[in-house]
Amino acid sequence: MPMRIGTTTFNDRIEKGINDEFMRDSVRSAQERLLGKRLDAAEELGSWEDWRNLGEEIRSHTLEYLDYYLYELSEKVKENGGHVYFAKTAEEANHYIQKVVKRKNGKKIIKSKSMVTEEISMNEALESIGCDVIESDLGEYILQVDDHDPPSHIVVPALHKNKSQIRDVFKEKLGYLNTDKPEELTLFAREKLRKEFLSADIGITGCNFAVAESGTITLVTNEGNARLATTLPKTQITVMGMERIVPTWEELDVMISLLSRSAVGQKLTTYVTALSGPKSPLEGDGPEEFHLVIVDNGRSNIIGTEFQEALHCIRCAACINVCPVYRHVGGHGYGSIYPGPIGAVISPLLGGYEEYGELPFASTLCAACTDACPVKIPLHELLNKHRKNIIEGRGLSAEKIAMRGFQYGTTLPILYQVGTKLAPFLSLPFQTNSFLTKGPGPLKAWTTIRDMPAPNNERFRDWFKKRQKEESFE
Amino acid sequence: MSEQIYNRESFLTSLAQNLGRSTPKTVERPTWKHQPQWQILKNASQDELVTVFKKQCETIHTDVIETESDQLADVIHERVKSYNGKSISAWKDERFHQYDIFSKTDATIHKWDPRMKDNVAQTESADIGITFCDLALAESGTIVLFSNENQGRSVSLLPTTYIALVPKSLIVPRMSQATRKIHLLMKEGEFPATCVNFISGPSNSADIEMNLVVGMHGPIRTTYVVISNL
Repeated sequence: MPMRIGTTTFNDRIEKGINDEFMRDSVRSAQERLLGKRLDAAEELGSWEDWRNLGEEIRSHTLEYLDYYLYELSEKVKENGGHVYFAKTAEEANHYIQKVVKRKNGKKIIKSKSMVTEEISMNEALESIGCDVIESDLGEYILQVDDHDPPSHIVVPALHKNKSQIRDVFKEKLGYLNTDKPEELTLFAREKLRKEFLSADIGITGCNFAVAESGTITLVTNEGNARLATTLPKTQITVMGMERIVPTWEELDVMISLLSRSAVGQKLTTYVTALSGPKSPLEGDGPEEFHLVIVDNGRSNIIGTEFQEALHCIRCAACINVCPVYRHVGGHGYGSIYPGPIGAVISPLLGGYEEYGELPFASTLCAACTDACPVKIPLHELLNKHRKNIIEGRGLSAEKIAMRGFQYGTTLPILYQVGTKLAPFLSLPFQTNSFLTKGPGPLKAWTTIRDMPAPNNERFRDWFKKRQKEESFE
Repeated sequence: MSEQIYNRESFLTSLAQNLGRSTPKTVERPTWKHQPQWQILKNASQDELVTVFKKQCETIHTDVIETESDQLADVIHERVKSYNGKSISAWKDERFHQYDIFSKTDATIHKWDPRMKDNVAQTESADIGITFCDLALAESGTIVLFSNENQGRSVSLLPTTYIALVPKSLIVPRMSQATRKIHLLMKEGEFPATCVNFISGPSNSADIEMNLVVGMHGPIRTTYVVISNL
């Protein structure tokens, strides 16, 4: 599926999310569980701040010399006997992948989870040339079987579905006959998918980190699906976002340690698989042919701008797991395969303000995301920069921005939603009795000298209108 | 497809432009200001590493048996019996012979053999996969496997049960020591394997309502046998 998910408006998506009790319960419990596990893992490790500083240092250096390291990576992949395709756009990437698949006469393709292949709509491109593309990550598989329901979380994609819904999907689409016990559902998927792995022509994977010095790509999973996808099919295609690279194996250690802990609170995920080109001629398993597709798709436009740090992201979802907005609207509310704070930063960068300009406003700027980020991306500051850009795009002078932003917020539909529907949830930390006493952002200056009625019982816009009316009588 | 690298020049040139310079010929990897990874289990003895390794295995649903090399045949016999294993797939490794590891088990043994075509099929139908490991990590309860023609990737992956033999001397504090070793081998031009796997317990998934289910695409049960005199 493309980066954009759903066709409804931001308003409708948020309305739907907020009224979906099950989804909100499961998001809440997932957030709490993942947050707890991450904090435990960080505490156990000790010196977490040093680790974050190291992570930041490595990511900054690597992005600063990204061209150099990509060159080195491609040379090494070539030495290892693999192919490297540099794709400026999604179309170029898909075209090359189609070409390889056609040449190998590939019909059945098994995939392990990859966000970038979602971003470039690779599955659709392969289906259009008659391929059967099968997702093998359990969460992704469930969504695919359910007529391509979009993912709602980058680590736990089917978070919004409960086990009875999953049982019904398996029953209706695959003839599943057992109960809704996760063990039974999982075993069923294992058996179905094992057959697919054994008969697939081509395995397609994403890439958590490439290692420049050895032309290696690494894959991090708990399920083992990335291992199967790179052990059984004769051809392997790996698609990576161009920023997903480290200089050497020593930095790989650090990034994987940060990723495992931040994503799922594990010291290491069950499998970390590092692949360097195709198998050697004598080996009895592994791919005979290896293709690495390095995707730009808008990323290079971010290089050298005030948003460069957004490319430091290692896709751990720690920011998503602490975000109060995500907690209430869920992943689908963002309308992008990249939800949460990082999604609100990068979706507009990759897809433009026209499509995603609403997202930077779907934030309380509470900075919990920035604190959670293992590589110290200043997420809330980047969100604020987006807001500023969007508002300045309307040609406003600097000193008016704050209040114009406020007005803009109350008149645009998107902020009408945040301001009125979300406010009862978001304003809680700022509230004493029924008044806002220490409001965020533009409200701050106001509420330091006077209290603002909390928006529990009255829609913000109604209140604002009434207030304007009152003022006109003064 | 004889060409191996496509579109590199234009891609990297525009990237360099955005970075405001041309692509440098060499880049010195900096000495990182923070290096907390080397403090973990810094002065731990080999015995302490075994203790940490075993403790971590409790959290990753992995049984650990400690034994000596002359007991291996008995341990494997017992384990295979308790798993009700009728067939075993194992790496081609002279140590299996050296320590008579399969001398007591009744299970049929398939040895990975680069000359044979049916290694994957044999392994897929085996009940249990058994390999030695090339390194082990105490902190995370991880075994590290280097694949090559004698050491198939499938053996630790396709059967529902997996047993890893872990010589005690190969346990290092954490991933940092393993990746440094690989990095140094690289520099000497001796890259260890086309595929390096870090494995910490049986496969699992929490994709359904965040409930952990042990046993997903890879093995469902895992045992590590630590060999204290090796």
